[in-house]
Amino acid sequence: MLGRSANGIFWLFRYLERAENTARLVEAGFRMALTRDAADASDEWRSVVVTLGLQGAYQAKFGSDYTASTVVNFILRDRDNPGNVLSMVEQARHNARMVRTGITREVWEAVNESWMILKQELARTVTETRLGGVLDLIRRQSTLVRGAMEGTMLRNDIYYFARAGSFIERADNTARILDVKYYVLLPSVSYVGSSLDNVQWDNVLRAVAGDRAYRWLNAGRMEARGIAEFLMLDGRFPRSLAFCYAQLRDYLDRLAAEYGDRLETHAIVARTHEQLKSQTIEAVFEHGLHQVIGQFIAANNHLAQQIQRDYRFTE
Amino acid sequence: MTNSSLSSYDEMLDADGATRPAYSGYCEWLKEQPPELLRRKSGEAEAFFRKTGITFNVYGNEDAEERLIPFDMVPRIINAAQWRRLSRGIEQRVRALNAFLHDLYHRQEIVRSGRLPERVLKGNTAFLPQMAGFTPPGGVYTHIVGIDLVRTGEDDFMVLEDNARTPSGVSYMLENRETMMAMFPELFTKVRVREVSDYPRRLARSLAACAPPAANGHKPVVAVLTPGTFNSAYYEHAFLADQMGAELVEGSDLKVEDGRVAMRTTRGWQAIDVLYRRVDDDYLDPLTFKPESVLGVSGIMDVYRAGGITIANAPGTGIADDKAIYSFMPEIVEFYTGEKPILANVPTWRCAESDSLAYVMDNLEDLVVKEVHGSGGYGMLIGPTSSRKEIAMFAEKLRANPENYIAQPTLSLSTVPIFTKAGLAPRHVDLRPFVLVSPQGIDITPGGLTRVALKKGSLVVNSSQGGGTKDSWVLDD
Repeated sequence: MLGRSANGIFWLFRYLERAENTARLVEAGFRMALTRDAADASDEWRSVVVTLGLQGAYQAKFGSDYTASTVVNFILRDRDNPGNVLSMVEQARHNARMVRTGITREVWEAVNESWMILKQELARTVTETRLGGVLDLIRRQSTLVRGAMEGTMLRNDIYYFARAGSFIERADNTARILDVKYYVLLPSVSYVGSSLDNVQWDNVLRAVAGDRAYRWLNAGRMEARGIAEFLMLDGRFPRSLAFCYAQLRDYLDRLAAEYGDRLETHAIVARTHEQLKSQTIEAVFEHGLHQVIGQFIAANNHLAQQIQRDYRFTE
Repeated sequence: MTNSSLSSYDEMLDADGATRPAYSGYCEWLKEQPPELLRRKSGEAEAFFRKTGITFNVYGNEDAEERLIPFDMVPRIINAAQWRRLSRGIEQRVRALNAFLHDLYHRQEIVRSGRLPERVLKGNTAFLPQMAGFTPPGGVYTHIVGIDLVRTGEDDFMVLEDNARTPSGVSYMLENRETMMAMFPELFTKVRVREVSDYPRRLARSLAACAPPAANGHKPVVAVLTPGTFNSAYYEHAFLADQMGAELVEGSDLKVEDGRVAMRTTRGWQAIDVLYRRVDDDYLDPLTFKPESVLGVSGIMDVYRAGGITIANAPGTGIADDKAIYSFMPEIVEFYTGEKPILANVPTWRCAESDSLAYVMDNLEDLVVKEVHGSGGYGMLIGPTSSRKEIAMFAEKLRANPENYIAQPTLSLSTVPIFTKAGLAPRHVDLRPFVLVSPQGIDITPGGLTRVALKKGSLVVNSSQGGGTKDSWVLDD
């Protein structure tokens, strides 16, 4: 396949994953804000913006006024925010059109339809009444694309690049959510273990759709270590770093088998995966969660760049 | 516009309002369909096209970045006998076009014999001196041809235009059929219609049969070259590449390496044997043509001339579908095939000739005047529907530069009904059959693309100007 097509499909699935995760984050923020007073709600919305790395762009436009309506519309549809969800979906659709020959008609139609529907839904202000429906739609469209992929795509290099894009992005998003929520947002160490803290942690889990699974595994006990362990190291949870890396390694290995050639990419993914497998949560906290996650995000970026180099995504 | 539909030949109904035989099966079926069902289906068709992304981009129109070509669900039907005659005529014409191109780029016998004046070639930018003395692999110049036909009576088909460069629209032919079959499956059990869906396979086979010497008898690597996602026909480029299982490449994916044109793949550079390019000659090779072009490949013409790649269609085929050449087509067909042309030309006045110019100047209000190098229905005058002022302004342009124009009578194009809110209504149509040429022969897909003017009385069927399309049926015997 063409290097340009590999790049196109890799980013197509990064954009879709990012759009979906952004919707989840907004949803968790919305729920949280509903249960708080105005000042706390504003803090919560700020945390959502910070997690998405949009603080600069947001403050340039709105100062430090964090209300549900401005934040939600900024994240979902504001053209002054280059990373708005509508743009991501547009980018995804543009890429799908570019790699049209590499995807099945069903995948193309799922992506195209997502774009058509969301363009319409996000053409006007998203009110609090509509928000639930819109977020649900974003997740649902993402699920449709994933289903079409699973059910119709040939398992070859094209599929492997698509999956690699999804899991690189997902690992990055989970890591960022955990990092920001834990390190940046806890007002002070004294909060650790308080009920506010518990609500925060519950919210982190919601943002990655892990609240039910975690409660089921832990009989409802909210505890910082347990949650960090779950999101980083539990290979059963599909949004954990360990899960993402097991998948990444598997797909990249299959790519190596198809091409008959192992590259620097494979050494990097194996190294990070092995680290996650042998890591204990005690060691993570001893070393500092923020530091460990920072290193992980850097390694994850490095892997993405190596894939682009090894497979000639660009000239 | 002009020519009230009353005076035109309607392909479905005769002058007494009785159904013509070709449409009898369809009309029987139609009678049984409740009108509200048809209305609903018509809406579904549009949703289907949007969902599939069958769109085209309009240059210079940013609001409508991607537009749908309206699809009308009443098929255009041609009976088996008519089609047999048309195919013979098309084959003859395409054979002549290829022989003509070979001659133009070699000994120019047709000019020596006095059948074609030299002035038509002199200074004609569609003639590429770089092709002189070179024979493309397999001797094929026009791998894919679209012959635009119009009809004015029961047996009166005429060629309006030959498309020998990179004719587009074949994806609509295929998607229109898919849509019809999805919407009305039972209709196809009642009426036996000849299949078109294997066109991409035939195209792939036809292209592979034109592999260059460098392919060395291996299974040729075929790629489709597109200018990119912003091109008006991008959907079609992607569609054809997908259906053929070929790579869809852009100029930035390609370079010349070791005497071959190669594409950048995830595993390194891979040589291409046959390039189905949907990029104009001018943009093909910045070293040979427009130096600023980023759509092509530097050095591809050298590789081509050395037998390292097949370019389809060959560069320089535009000279054969030039409107200045068109009026000579009857002579050209006869010169190379030794036969009388089966398909007629539309009578054409060459404004370069003073008698013709005088006639045209006197009769502008009745004529259609076209630019020799224009396309897409732009830059033309349709006399009967133009105001005095428009005609006067056009007359000035014509007088200043007569060799730039040809003129034709306003034809009373045949009509086929379209589905409107008020029921069926006749609209003017044309037909573009698609023809594949390889050393193995000439292959014509039964039917083609029917374009239809959606405005009542309008003769302009171009999609860039509001025309629509129809599924085109050739009945099985």
